[in-house]
Amino acid sequence: MSEPAAPKALPQSRLFYWSIRRELWEHRAVYVAPAVVAIVALFGTGLSALWLPRVLRRIEAGDAKAAMALMSPYALIAFSVLLIGMIMALFYASAALNAERRDRSLLFWKSLPVSDRTAVLAKAAVPILVTPVVIFGLVVAAQVALLIWSSLIVAASGLSPTLLWNYIDLSVMWVVLPYGLVVNALWQAPLYAWILVVSAWARRVPILWALAPFVILVMLEATIGAMARAAGAGPRTTPIADFVGNRLLGGLAEAFSVDGKASAAIDRIGQLNPLRTFTSPDLWGGLVAAALLLAAAIWLRRRREPL
Amino acid sequence: MTCIEARGLRKAYRNTTALAGVDLKIETGRIVGLIGPNGAGKTTAINAVLGLTAFQGDLSVLGRDPWAARDDLMRDVCFIADVAILPRGLRVAQVIDYVQGVHPRFDRAKAEGFLARTTIQRKSRVRELSKGMVTQFHLALIMAIDARLLVLDEPTLGLDLIYRKQFYDSLLNDYFDGDRTILISTHQVEEIQHILTDVIFLDQGRVVLDASMEELEVRYLELVAGPDQAATARSLQPIYERQAFGRTHLVYDGVVRERLACLGEVRTASLADIFVAVIGGHQGERAA
Repeated sequence: MSEPAAPKALPQSRLFYWSIRRELWEHRAVYVAPAVVAIVALFGTGLSALWLPRVLRRIEAGDAKAAMALMSPYALIAFSVLLIGMIMALFYASAALNAERRDRSLLFWKSLPVSDRTAVLAKAAVPILVTPVVIFGLVVAAQVALLIWSSLIVAASGLSPTLLWNYIDLSVMWVVLPYGLVVNALWQAPLYAWILVVSAWARRVPILWALAPFVILVMLEATIGAMARAAGAGPRTTPIADFVGNRLLGGLAEAFSVDGKASAAIDRIGQLNPLRTFTSPDLWGGLVAAALLLAAAIWLRRRREPL
Repeated sequence: MTCIEARGLRKAYRNTTALAGVDLKIETGRIVGLIGPNGAGKTTAINAVLGLTAFQGDLSVLGRDPWAARDDLMRDVCFIADVAILPRGLRVAQVIDYVQGVHPRFDRAKAEGFLARTTIQRKSRVRELSKGMVTQFHLALIMAIDARLLVLDEPTLGLDLIYRKQFYDSLLNDYFDGDRTILISTHQVEEIQHILTDVIFLDQGRVVLDASMEELEVRYLELVAGPDQAATARSLQPIYERQAFGRTHLVYDGVVRERLACLGEVRTASLADIFVAVIGGHQGERAA
């Protein structure tokens, strides 16, 4: 028999790559659900495109309001895929460290030369890296398909498709969307890291354990605040609710609105403000919290046994 | 060469002590049965060896501390657990891809070769396979990994006789060689006694017997005595006694064969009888 040669370790990047692949094999909903929504949105907006020749004729006749409707199907596609992608990422994170304990496959994963750190970081990478890529890819694919379909309809009606192209400019969206996805992923990193910790810790319904403390605190704050205002005690402040809202959706506001506070949506590339975003203490504080929470998740995965 | 060495291995859970100071030494190239009643600490001991649980005391597996270096150790150690632990949602081909992706000592052709002898389809999901097929599949993966130590925790639990026989046949004929070490925990003592080189009895978190099969054969004898000899036979202090078809079966620890030969038929005690004698005796003490 062969000599017991010292086995050489595989590069960490390779272990990380395969760890992510196995997550996507086990949790297909992470990309299947957004893909289904993209197809449904494409179908709906594709039907609405049948009106395009009439809309274009009204614009030609001087109806400026009609022109504003031309971009909305593209925004609808982006919004619906983004929303479902984020929801699936939350569900994924809540199952990621729990399901493997529940079906005891944890013992199989741990019987292979992959560290708990690599496994947990791969699980964190799914919502933080993979989901944004999936969202962007699906949105661009659906938007291109819709644009081609719309152009065909317009051409078939005897109008020139260039008429349509004058009003549809996807270039801004294709810059703002990936930028926003990156900002949002960094912003939400502590959220996913927190859910991963709870997923490793909780015996069952981790999503409930992850959200319950915040729901309870927000409810208490609202109840007490209502009474305090009734008693005439000062202006209304809701720091807890603000914190929760900011952590859930602040990334989207930061990335996609002109002032970072969701007042007006960005519609020019020049309105992006990376300097403000990347010097935001909220962003950096969140990243530090994410790192600590991921360390906790790794610590837990190392010690937790199958349920 | 020493494969596993433990000194004062302890593990306590909130209300129970799973391991109460275990000392053992397993040499390379042995097939060791870890045998004990339910709750004896077998799985805890195995989990400690695999780096799945923290422990007190000293434990070295292939020269490493399993708790500190699990992922490193797992390049040289394979493991099959008591229940199916393969990820149920994955397809057979995906599991193979993954193991090939992360294990430096996995030989895909070998695994495919073992699978070709079964009816397992590459496209099937693990959850669609029967329990016997899942174990076959896991064994095919394990046998394709050039590991130093194979740990089996009740590997054939719930399998029918044919699968169990195939399992151990494959293990002996296609896998085992003098460089490898196998640690098996099981209740099905009769089935594995012919493949073991050593046994370790564990009871209440302690090692109560640690011996090679050769030592056991010399040390423990079974006497089948007729009614006339029974009283004389009992005076030689058997550690275990049972009646069957009007004859008395007695197990002796350390009584020479010649002294027993005149009292009836003498044979090597079976592992099952030794188990009942040694552990049963302890449980008697426990009750008393």
